[in-house]
Amino acid sequence: MTAQTTPGHGAPVDETDAHTWTGRARRWLLRKLPPDKLLPEDQPSFVASWAYVFGMGAIGSLLWIIVSGIVLGLNGPQWYHVSSLGSFVNSTHLWSVELFFIFMVVHLWLKFWMAAWRGGRLLTWITGVISFVVSIVAAFTGYLLQTNFDSQWIAFEAKDALNAVGVGAWFNVANVGQLFTWHVTLLPVAVGAVVVLHVLLVRVHGVAPPLEAAESDAQLLHNRPGATEPPEPAEPPEATEPRGTVQ
Amino acid sequence: MTRKSSSISWRKTDDVASRPWTGSVREYDLIKELIIGVVVVGLLVLGVSAIFGSPDEPSVSLKAWATAAPADFTATAAKELAGTSDTAGYGPPYNSTQDATQKIGPVDLQSLSGIRLPVDTANDFVIAPLATLPSPPADLARWTAATDQQRSAWAATYSDALAAAPDSDPAKVADGDYGPVPALTAALLDMARQGSLDGVLQSGGNFYNMDYTRSLLFLGDGGYFPDLAASQHLSGDQWGVMNETGDTPGQSWLWLFSLLYQIEPFKSAPNADALVVVTMLVLTALLALLPFIPGLRSLPRMIPLHRLIWKDYYRNR
Repeated sequence: MTAQTTPGHGAPVDETDAHTWTGRARRWLLRKLPPDKLLPEDQPSFVASWAYVFGMGAIGSLLWIIVSGIVLGLNGPQWYHVSSLGSFVNSTHLWSVELFFIFMVVHLWLKFWMAAWRGGRLLTWITGVISFVVSIVAAFTGYLLQTNFDSQWIAFEAKDALNAVGVGAWFNVANVGQLFTWHVTLLPVAVGAVVVLHVLLVRVHGVAPPLEAAESDAQLLHNRPGATEPPEPAEPPEATEPRGTVQ
Repeated sequence: MTRKSSSISWRKTDDVASRPWTGSVREYDLIKELIIGVVVVGLLVLGVSAIFGSPDEPSVSLKAWATAAPADFTATAAKELAGTSDTAGYGPPYNSTQDATQKIGPVDLQSLSGIRLPVDTANDFVIAPLATLPSPPADLARWTAATDQQRSAWAATYSDALAAAPDSDPAKVADGDYGPVPALTAALLDMARQGSLDGVLQSGGNFYNMDYTRSLLFLGDGGYFPDLAASQHLSGDQWGVMNETGDTPGQSWLWLFSLLYQIEPFKSAPNADALVVVTMLVLTALLALLPFIPGLRSLPRMIPLHRLIWKDYYRNR
């Protein structure tokens, strides 16, 4: 494998450092995501639509979910039943979840209509869908942890769907101890990890251009340094995929 | 150079979508946008929380059930003894009732777990709790000494008699050979009314408990608990999967899951739960793999909503 510096992006990579696993990992990471790509100060001119705010809205909501969830978790499941402050924190937890899903669903629909998986962004789409699905499971366990009438009834009804496919014995919706582990540990870590991966993939691949963007567009004809350079070589896994097949 | 400009393929080729953007740019501050997003969402969350709050309908105890609907409680206890309750006939993971599982064709996913959370309704819900009383009812010994056949006959006969009695009132049940069953269900009703059944059923004699499986199953076998849920529009046929108590929005993102329960062939299928879950898993997989699916992945090109999203770009091409 031949290491190359990335023209126009990031710090130059010292090939001689890359003889250990760690060095190779660093070289790979810097090539994939140089600092100015990770934390950019500019974006393509087409990133000027209201459509781009929903992803960030979902991340903002997720941060509020985490903060309010930590406060609720540290005070224990009974606190919000008896404390007015606890009840308010519980409300913020609920409404940040509602906003999180509103932002995420709008974001998902918009990315569908933008066909945002184009040009090697398949994993970005898939991690987005996975984050949506894992978030649904996380929210479901939260509803089961309310320790009130709603959680009683949801547990009673939901057991049938889970038992019908053989998982209810391990994911027992009436076992509050199990649910705590899922809701305050495993699922938040899973949601956080998938969302971080999703955001990093967005930064790696950049924002998908408009569906009908063409070389002849004014936005591409001008301000195009190195227009005659060949396309950046594709990286695995794209490199192993057949090229040139377009829908 | 001629390049395809409207490919919706996920593949990395040599088109505009696959290469780093080399056209005009605009200033963008990622950190600033994040902070503004967090602040705006935070204000929205605080405002909505202050205005609407959150519902917290108190949970239902066995004591509340026994007090509010003693006839329903007694009838349910008789069914638990007779082995005719929903839980008694549930199958895995609670018991091994024959032909109780939801199958999809020959596939029996429900049986995969085996009897991992064993529940013997007569013993766990009625007999064992009564045995913990300081003075267990004398009829307990008569039940214990009887054969399974005799127990079932007593309890089933009493259960039928209760159903036939006016208002299902145990005091108005016709005479019959019910063995110790009326005394046992009456003792359990007293125990529940005094509040001690909640603790016994939940903790099983232990100090700590976080597993409410038995209490919940017993509660759900009666009519009182589902009736309360229906009054809060939480039943399955009321789209209850996505509802919350009161007027607060619930898990509205489960709308499709809830919708499937409202339509055929799911609605009347005896294996509706299995069918709905598997269908949702398939649909979720299709969503994740949508870029691979011809036709569906072309919808954004055929229905050009993207022209609204990027209207400034197209105007200035």
